Amino acid sequence: MPGSLQPEMLPGDPEPKPMTAIADEQGLTPEILPKSRRSIGRERRLRSLRASWALFRTSWIGLAGLVVLCLFILIALAAPLLVPKSGTLEAVTVASGSPRLSPPVPGYPLGTDKFGRSISTMLIWGAQVSLLVGALATVGTMVIGAAVGISAGFFGGRIDSLLMRLTDWFLVIPWLALALVLASILGPTLLNIIVVISITSWAFTARVVRAQALTVKSRPYVERAKALGGRNWHVITRHVLPNTFPIVFAQTILIAAAAILTESTLAFLGLGDPQSVSWGKMLQEGFNQAAITTGRWWLIIPPGLCIVVLVLSLTMIGYAFDQILNPRLRDR
Amino acid sequence: MSWRYLAKRVLSAIATLAFVLVINFVMFRVLGDPARTIGRAQQLNPQEVAELRVQQGIDRPVFPDQLIVYTKNTLTGDLGSSYYSGRPVSETIAGRVWPTMLLVGTATIFSTLIGVLLGIKGGWKHGSLFDRSSLLGAMTLYSIPEFFLGMLLMIVFSAGLGWFPTGGYQSPTAPSTGLAHWLDVLNHLFLPCLTLTLAYIGEYSLIMRASVLDVRGEDFVGTARAKGIREKHVLRRHVVPNALLPIVTVSVLYFGFLLGGSIATEYVFSYPGLGLLTAKALANLDFPILQAIFLIFSAAVIAANLVADILYGYIDPRVRYA
Amino acid sequence: MSVLSVRDLHVTYHTGSGGAPAVRGVNFDIERGEVLGLAGESGCGKSTIAGAIIRLLPDKTKIAGEILLEGKSVLDMKPGQLRAARWNEASIIFQGAMHALNPVTSIGDQIIEAIVTHDPGSTKTAPAKAAKLLEQVGLSGRRIDDYPHRLSGGQKQRVMIAMALACDPALVIADEPTTALDVMVQAQVLSLLADLQSELGLSMLFITHDLSVLVEVADRIDVMYAGQVVEEGPAEDVFTSPVHPYTKALAGAYPLIGDRIYRGNPTGLAGDPPDPEDIPSGCAFHPRCAEAFGPCPTTIPSLAPSHDGRASACLLIEGADPGATTSEEVSS
Repeated sequence: MPGSLQPEMLPGDPEPKPMTAIADEQGLTPEILPKSRRSIGRERRLRSLRASWALFRTSWIGLAGLVVLCLFILIALAAPLLVPKSGTLEAVTVASGSPRLSPPVPGYPLGTDKFGRSISTMLIWGAQVSLLVGALATVGTMVIGAAVGISAGFFGGRIDSLLMRLTDWFLVIPWLALALVLASILGPTLLNIIVVISITSWAFTARVVRAQALTVKSRPYVERAKALGGRNWHVITRHVLPNTFPIVFAQTILIAAAAILTESTLAFLGLGDPQSVSWGKMLQEGFNQAAITTGRWWLIIPPGLCIVVLVLSLTMIGYAFDQILNPRLRDR
Repeated sequence: MSWRYLAKRVLSAIATLAFVLVINFVMFRVLGDPARTIGRAQQLNPQEVAELRVQQGIDRPVFPDQLIVYTKNTLTGDLGSSYYSGRPVSETIAGRVWPTMLLVGTATIFSTLIGVLLGIKGGWKHGSLFDRSSLLGAMTLYSIPEFFLGMLLMIVFSAGLGWFPTGGYQSPTAPSTGLAHWLDVLNHLFLPCLTLTLAYIGEYSLIMRASVLDVRGEDFVGTARAKGIREKHVLRRHVVPNALLPIVTVSVLYFGFLLGGSIATEYVFSYPGLGLLTAKALANLDFPILQAIFLIFSAAVIAANLVADILYGYIDPRVRYA
Repeated sequence: MSVLSVRDLHVTYHTGSGGAPAVRGVNFDIERGEVLGLAGESGCGKSTIAGAIIRLLPDKTKIAGEILLEGKSVLDMKPGQLRAARWNEASIIFQGAMHALNPVTSIGDQIIEAIVTHDPGSTKTAPAKAAKLLEQVGLSGRRIDDYPHRLSGGQKQRVMIAMALACDPALVIADEPTTALDVMVQAQVLSLLADLQSELGLSMLFITHDLSVLVEVADRIDVMYAGQVVEEGPAEDVFTSPVHPYTKALAGAYPLIGDRIYRGNPTGLAGDPPDPEDIPSGCAFHPRCAEAFGPCPTTIPSLAPSHDGRASACLLIEGADPGATTSEEVSS
């Protein structure tokens, strides 16, 4: 389920403070020395980043989420060490002789499934899949959403109405229904899953980005840039993009959370990539093997918990970003 | 609320529906070759596939012939026949609509009501223990995929405690009318409904909380306090009405998610609604059924959006007496 | 007995880094039927005083001193007594009525709410009274069912005034009531306030940064800077012959038409008013003062009374230096 967890900004709302203003307030302004254009820009961005980080640090929710997320990323990256030949089916197939459907025992800390594969091994492998799909699907969503949003906001007029009509249509269509249909038509591969998620999620981002692009467009420095003869592309990349970045980045986190949930749902319903093992697929196999009624909890609880904890960490980080952008949400 | 506002909204809804129809068509006829898919599913030889192509009218040009035929058929209720069973789609779907309506309807009502109440309390008592714990709780529920939540509830309450059945709509031995019938239905409905409600309560509570936090900082809330009104009246008469307004339209977005969530939930509980039908159709690549359900779900969300827009135009005095 | 008596008021806002003292030792009285003007730039503490009188400040704010409203101590009131005193004894006209009215309730209902809260038995008669109040401020009584969005800025402010009079309060606090309005509308609202005041014999605390407005409405003026009163006296005198350097600058910024002193030579004042968290030592005004000399940065001047009911806190005035021993008459 993509999107921000709060009502979107409307045109009359006060705009969120630009990071540079917050940086100035915090006294992070350096002395003005003659410098090249590039380095001034770079310095401004660095100041913004430092200000954002300082604000982020004040949110306990965000920090907790960040810690957990880093843990998952570390595990996923360390997978080749923890799980030899990870990324192939061989990694999770063991030599015959391993116990089938065994509860947790020494050697198989989380038990095994009906093929004798160790659950803990599959979990680690699944972390790679979830994070990969999450990251790439997010990139896809952001690229489409930001492109549409910025174009609509910046160019305005007929382009805007057309793009917004398109966005509204995609917003209304129930995403899972669309995802299922697309996935069944295109076939279940990881790449297709990523494409499907991007297609069903970009609309919300486009709306948010457009709103921000509209406020940025009316700011004095953009008018100045245009008056100085800056061509559209220059104005967009140098001014509009960097200033829509904070909101876009906050959206990214929440899109990632939604993408991971979507992928697990698709996998659970049988549309996962048969070549890889994802947590959703593990849940599907557990369910189909009547794990519930036979009491084989280790087939279901571990993968499910992994999904919850990973998505929760992203949600918490996303909420911390919402707090940065909307001061009223900050802790008292 | 002016007629213009109303007309604009209705026309927009119709246009969106038309768009959905076209997308539906494009996805199936253009992106996938139905004949080949059926051939795969039913294991036909190439000649049978060619015959099928003619029979289904797929050999004719896509635009405009196929599109026109498709649109005409859909609008007259002919949604084609199932690839798997051969029976008309409308017949297959008809019996499944009510259970899904029951499930989604009750879940929507409960999750919205309870979610909004929790959000109001959390936002008003910002920073309190209640707020922090309900915030964390809401985010956690938001992060749980509904099918996993369903399985957990099943483990505890069905397989574990035996309080509720593990699935279905009604017991085969239960009477089909009267109070006993309804009690039996409720018995089967309880866990799936609880699952779907809990899965989406988080969303509603979070957006309501954010809205309350926004509104409580407004000037008119200060005016209300200055008038010497008790805090609870300030909340009820000034904060809540203003905080609820944006929620009316935003929460309809979540209805779309909830509808999608019913698919996995029905699957977990073998609940015989449209969702379970979708899951089975997926496994069989039964496209006419998938197409029809996609259309129905989209139409439901479009209708819900329309209702919400009209409702908003009525309750916001700035729109009603523009 | 004065309607309002403030003694040694100190208000400190709660901030992350210690506190921000917004009001530092203020004393004044308002007699029945008198209009006291409180003038100063943003951040001098004048709006804070308004909030303190009916205790409408954020939770963790520290208020010390004495505030007697109709002889009763506001700071000692229990919540029930405070609520009863609010609006009934002292009401406020806020600045920027744009957002001070509830957008989803009719203006009539909002006035009626004030009436019925303090007189629960008056539900039947309240609507008629609300209509009469609207007529008193120049709006048609039939507009009680209108919603705020159908009113212009000036009309909304009139509604605020009508609402403020609803419970016949002993004191009306007007906090920058005309700041957010166009000049022409400002004049109308001001003259309305002046008329109502003389008609009803209202006691008013009129807060503004615009000294020229106070000359028309107020009997006496207190000029504030950085949380303290730096000059006080009869309105006309303070404006036409200011003593304190700050008042001179403030008066000079708003020359009256036909004003011989400042005509053609409006004065401004460089710099910004100090941040409450960072108040200069000694006389808080000394960094911006054109007449600052030796002892200014180190000595805090006290309000020294001079002739005809005037007082001023400047070391240039004899008697203002707490360490001095002489006390001669000083010609202004």
